[in-house]
Amino acid sequence: MPTFEYAPAPESRAVVDLQPSYGLFIGGEFVDPVDGTSMKTVNPATEEVLSEVAVGGAADVDRAVKAARRAYERTWSRMPAAERGKYLFRIARILQERGRELAVLESLDNGKPIRESRDVDVPLAAAHFFYHAGWADKLAWAGLHGAALGPDGVPLPLGVAGQVIPWNFPLLMLAWKVAPALATGNTVVLKPAETTPLTALLFADICRQADLPPGVVNIVTGAGATGAALVGHPDVDKVAFTGSTAVGREIARTVAGSRKKLTLELGGKAANIVFDDAAIDETVEGIVDGIFFNQGHVCCAGSRLLVQETIAEEVVGRLQQRMSQLRVGDPLDKNTDVGAVNSAEQLQRITDLAAVGDAEGAQRWTAPCPLPENGFWFSPTLFTNVSPAHTIARDEIFGPVLSVMTFRTPSEAVTKANTTPYGLSAGIWTEKGSRILWMADRLRAGVVWANTFNRFDPTSPFGGYKESGYGREGGRHGLAAYVKEA
Amino acid sequence: MAARLDVRKTYKLYVGGKFPRSESGRSYEVTDAKGRFVANAAMASRKDARDAVLAARAAFAGWSGATAYNRGQVLYRVAEVMEGRHAQFAEEVARAEGLTAAKARAVVDAAIDRWVWYAGWTDKVAQVAGAANPVAGPYFNLSVPEPTGVVAVLAPQASSLLGLVSVVAPVVAGGSTCVVLASERRPLPAVVLGEVLATSDVPGGVVNLLTGVTAESAPWLASHEDVDALDLAGAAPLPGEDPTVDWGALEAAAAATLTRVVRPAGTGASGEPDGAVEPDWTVLPDGPRRVLAFMETKTVWHPKGR
Repeated sequence: MPTFEYAPAPESRAVVDLQPSYGLFIGGEFVDPVDGTSMKTVNPATEEVLSEVAVGGAADVDRAVKAARRAYERTWSRMPAAERGKYLFRIARILQERGRELAVLESLDNGKPIRESRDVDVPLAAAHFFYHAGWADKLAWAGLHGAALGPDGVPLPLGVAGQVIPWNFPLLMLAWKVAPALATGNTVVLKPAETTPLTALLFADICRQADLPPGVVNIVTGAGATGAALVGHPDVDKVAFTGSTAVGREIARTVAGSRKKLTLELGGKAANIVFDDAAIDETVEGIVDGIFFNQGHVCCAGSRLLVQETIAEEVVGRLQQRMSQLRVGDPLDKNTDVGAVNSAEQLQRITDLAAVGDAEGAQRWTAPCPLPENGFWFSPTLFTNVSPAHTIARDEIFGPVLSVMTFRTPSEAVTKANTTPYGLSAGIWTEKGSRILWMADRLRAGVVWANTFNRFDPTSPFGGYKESGYGREGGRHGLAAYVKEA
Repeated sequence: MAARLDVRKTYKLYVGGKFPRSESGRSYEVTDAKGRFVANAAMASRKDARDAVLAARAAFAGWSGATAYNRGQVLYRVAEVMEGRHAQFAEEVARAEGLTAAKARAVVDAAIDRWVWYAGWTDKVAQVAGAANPVAGPYFNLSVPEPTGVVAVLAPQASSLLGLVSVVAPVVAGGSTCVVLASERRPLPAVVLGEVLATSDVPGGVVNLLTGVTAESAPWLASHEDVDALDLAGAAPLPGEDPTVDWGALEAAAAATLTRVVRPAGTGASGEPDGAVEPDWTVLPDGPRRVLAFMETKTVWHPKGR
């Protein structure tokens, strides 16, 4: 089969107007940190310094929480719900209007391909605001069982939400957190991830353009200590966190014994299960999408491939063929399939875990993709001869590394899939409908994709079982995380 | 004719459908509300707690896999069998809680009715809490609640029967199984409930009842890796007494494996640790929230196409 060469198709970065440095967004304006320092944020594809951002200290977090409290008491909780909703509609529209700018900035700061930031992250972020905007004045009909109700029968907000988000989908995770919080009448203090603060800071400007009342959204950039100060702040009523299970545990411990409401969206080690009757071309695309989408920096990534023994050889062969055609490189090139790993630290973790795979006897195959010289890169990688006891079959790698295992019967597939402390997502590939439903009933995971993978929608609840966390984001169910219980 | 000497009952644990003594051989004195000796109850040990978790885990596949209709019938059967032992329950509750006979009978009525109420929820909760989600694409997308797994329950300390039923029935209605620490000082109605469960078609291991010292046993369950959720209702002390259970510490222990926690009722300043209070269990629950507290939401996607 002839292969065609791709000409470079770079997206222009002229659309982005980067400041040399950014302060904290508190009470509707950018301010310098009181007791904080600063850090540099780099483009992981080139290691170029993009900008300098503030690292908020405990006093900065306190100032932000006070601003959020004031806005909650004086403005946001008193505003008619329909007006609150209209602010969210405004934000949704501005996200669409400035979509290209956001997409380019996201790819610069995160390293993800422009195709993904442009076609997935930004449109979904706008959709989340649009969806939740409509809920603002309809909460009485959301069926929120056990919610405390105001005199008008409407579920009550909690107050100030402290939200800490990861670096893999910076703007989208912001939307997942901020949109439901605001729609239900809370105000927020958001801490973006250390390595990807820029789209959150651009979002601050969008709040300004939308004339959102000062203090309703506050953004405090920083690292782990900043997040810990926010989570532990006594005047925060709600904590929402997306990130690693290790940090999630710490947060659950911090919040224990308080009356703070907590939702956690943590790690995963999803099984993607392929039966011998699956439509093979769609399945191979789905496996690739499941693990290499966003460089595998996805908590619900299909990182464990379970293939029925009879077709294992064929599937692995086709996967290798498909992986050889993946284009790894410049995130701003519109033809790029796999971008840069987000940080040197994450690259080291992926490299180390893959080395453990070698050491424990798994068979490594690396896609023959040329990699750029600068920046942080890891070629799409596949391991065979993997046993369920192997580290690479148990630990979340959070990178473009797929572990392949086999099974014979549906029961064995279920057992292997569920043999993990995680329970975020799972995939099933078969043309047999009854088997899909039988499997879906038995997989202990919050999201099950059948004959598809990595699909997201604001109307669809997302979240895990077991050590993948608790609470749901999105849909009617996600609203429950932000209303007071009776 | 001389008065007949009555045959007294040995109050034991209820684990895996059987009535063992504590493997530790320990027991403790249970008194009535006036402090008079009533019986010796088994004092559950760490090993008993672990055995109970094993039994609950073993029963989970069958109970969660039963149809909702079937679970509803079993829960209703519990109410039927309790009704037949109404007088015995009333006597136990009166003795444990110091109630008049009339008040104790009303408590038993309410406890039986609570089973009936939750029996009716088993096959409705998925309809009320599920959703067909209108995603922006050609996909079928459905969210349904599923049972969480093994739940450790600290039963209320004051309301020894109605409170107990109010926390156990919603767990099993949703399809989870449980290990229950009965009221420490008023454990005997729980033991009698175990005798009812054993003869009501509730599979062994679905409900396991332990008597003993709450503050001693609760940390073992809170930190147990195979416990999926923890109900801290029984962390609230008897009215007028100081708490013996630090529910914040139990919640912190549960964090190690992200065990879901239902905190005890109580109010307090935002963010401040505060005391736990026992709610008024005679109030009918305001919906299926206790059922849903021990359920997870699963969302299934499938493409549509020709």
